[in-house]
Amino acid sequence: MNIYVLLKRTFDTEEKISISNGKIEDEGAEYIINPYDEYAVEEAINLKDAHGGEVTVVTVGDEEAEKQLRTALAMGADKSVLINTEDDLEEGDQYTTVRILEAYFKENEPDIILAGNVAIDEASGQVGPRLAERLDIPFVTTITDISIDGETVNIERDVEGDVEKVETTLPLLVTCQQGLNEPRYPSLPGIMKAKKKPLEEIEIDDLDLEEDDVEAKTKTLEIFLPPEKQAGKIIEGEPDEQVKELVSLLKNESKVL
Amino acid sequence: MSKNILVIAEAKEGELRNVSFEAIALGKTLSEGGEVVATICGEGDLNSMAEELINYGADRAVTVANAELKTYTPEGFTQAYKAVIDQESPDGIVMGHTSIGKDVTPKLASQLETGLISDVTEVEEGDDGFVFTRPIYSGKAFEKKVVTEGVTFVTIRPNNIAALEKDDSRSGDVSSLDVDVQNIRTIIKEVIRKTSEGVDLSEAKVIVAGGRAVKGPEGFEPLQELADELGGAVGASRAACDAGYCDYSLQIGQTGKVVTPDLYIACGISGAIQHLAGMSNSKVIVAINKDPESNIFSIADYGLVGDIFEIVPKLTEEIRNMKVNA
Repeated sequence: MNIYVLLKRTFDTEEKISISNGKIEDEGAEYIINPYDEYAVEEAINLKDAHGGEVTVVTVGDEEAEKQLRTALAMGADKSVLINTEDDLEEGDQYTTVRILEAYFKENEPDIILAGNVAIDEASGQVGPRLAERLDIPFVTTITDISIDGETVNIERDVEGDVEKVETTLPLLVTCQQGLNEPRYPSLPGIMKAKKKPLEEIEIDDLDLEEDDVEAKTKTLEIFLPPEKQAGKIIEGEPDEQVKELVSLLKNESKVL
Repeated sequence: MSKNILVIAEAKEGELRNVSFEAIALGKTLSEGGEVVATICGEGDLNSMAEELINYGADRAVTVANAELKTYTPEGFTQAYKAVIDQESPDGIVMGHTSIGKDVTPKLASQLETGLISDVTEVEEGDDGFVFTRPIYSGKAFEKKVVTEGVTFVTIRPNNIAALEKDDSRSGDVSSLDVDVQNIRTIIKEVIRKTSEGVDLSEAKVIVAGGRAVKGPEGFEPLQELADELGGAVGASRAACDAGYCDYSLQIGQTGKVVTPDLYIACGISGAIQHLAGMSNSKVIVAINKDPESNIFSIADYGLVGDIFEIVPKLTEEIRNMKVNA
């Protein structure tokens, strides 16, 4: 099976966000594989173990993403591809990313593409479904279980807390939700092997794309931080008094009851 | 300049979702005096829902009824909405950022070759059209975005844009559109209901969330009772999910759901930065925790130091009494 994973490099969830010169300050920030993409990498390796084939991890970004690609290779992926847009793209949106991925996948033949259900930075959740549409393959989002039997795929997905059982067919794109699996840590031999695994770097020029094709449809004007939340009132006393005072404050002061 | 706006409404268990009314309110703003058309698809008679959408501010409604649209599928609903879009050629499209909204709007936007600004919490008028605010980094920051080309296509986060007052005397044209729904490639075999109440976490006005201190699945029971009393939903921290006390679908935080209810009651939650990212934009935050040094108190409007198993049932009782006496 030709198994592909879409991966994004994101800030570590521990990072506090600050802004300098109108942009998110990234100096000294720790980066990780987007946590939802990590489920995708893990599931891709499981699918390969069960059905054979090859796992290729693809990212659109810059050279810095090499580290996260190596981590995915150390987990057990076979190959990785960095579509480096650093020299060609100043600003892009989901439309841009999907046009690039579409051009890449038109030259490859995926049986299944796994992605995260959302990236924890920009959190649009658009790239997976948009790409499936461009490639004219079915997609299922927020999956928590998948089994493949020949061309038939049975999936469980999370729909606002309920479980939906879905049947579909390959080729297919899925986006991964928490609960799908427990991503492994790269082993030491895995890390050693990863150094020798292929990491292909391509640019937009290598794909069948013109600059106009990837022009964004939306633009970010400004990034700002929410007003800092201040610690409020500590309600003292015995539980009975605490509760009475709380209810009264919720009712009369903040008027949410 | 007035514009025509299409609002894609959505029903859950036969009831229109509140976020669809909020979408109409935003549609009204974006239309600048133009027409707001709401659409609803499903099976059977959709007329009463269409009327309700008009009561909430839509000028007209278009229904698409088809047995194939009984349950949501990406292909089925996309075909229905695409047919309405082709008929109406709107300048802007608004939908709720719900499970269905998140699934169908990227597919539609991809078909239409437009941008899509998802999870919008606010709108304002800028020099070159409308400017949309949306959270990034799970609400640790926000960005303001504009559409530079094509249709203005946005999804809105529930609970952030106020719906218009319902006006039962409003009337408008309701038309139906026949759509030949075909080539459905994902078949829904079964839906297993795991959520007890009809209140969805992302739309809940009140959330009672539990952390590791609930100590087990049964520890969520008093929290559920409080949530039921308040007409809210139960959520959880990652620690509680990882410990197996509840399902991951309840998780609130940077991985998990980002919520903005009117009232958030954090019970035995320490307040890790990842959890705060998911809830700190709630309007009023109450924290109940044994440890006075807990980080959760740093963002709580009201903090109660104490045992959740003692305080939560008393709180349920007090609220019940208040309602009886009201």
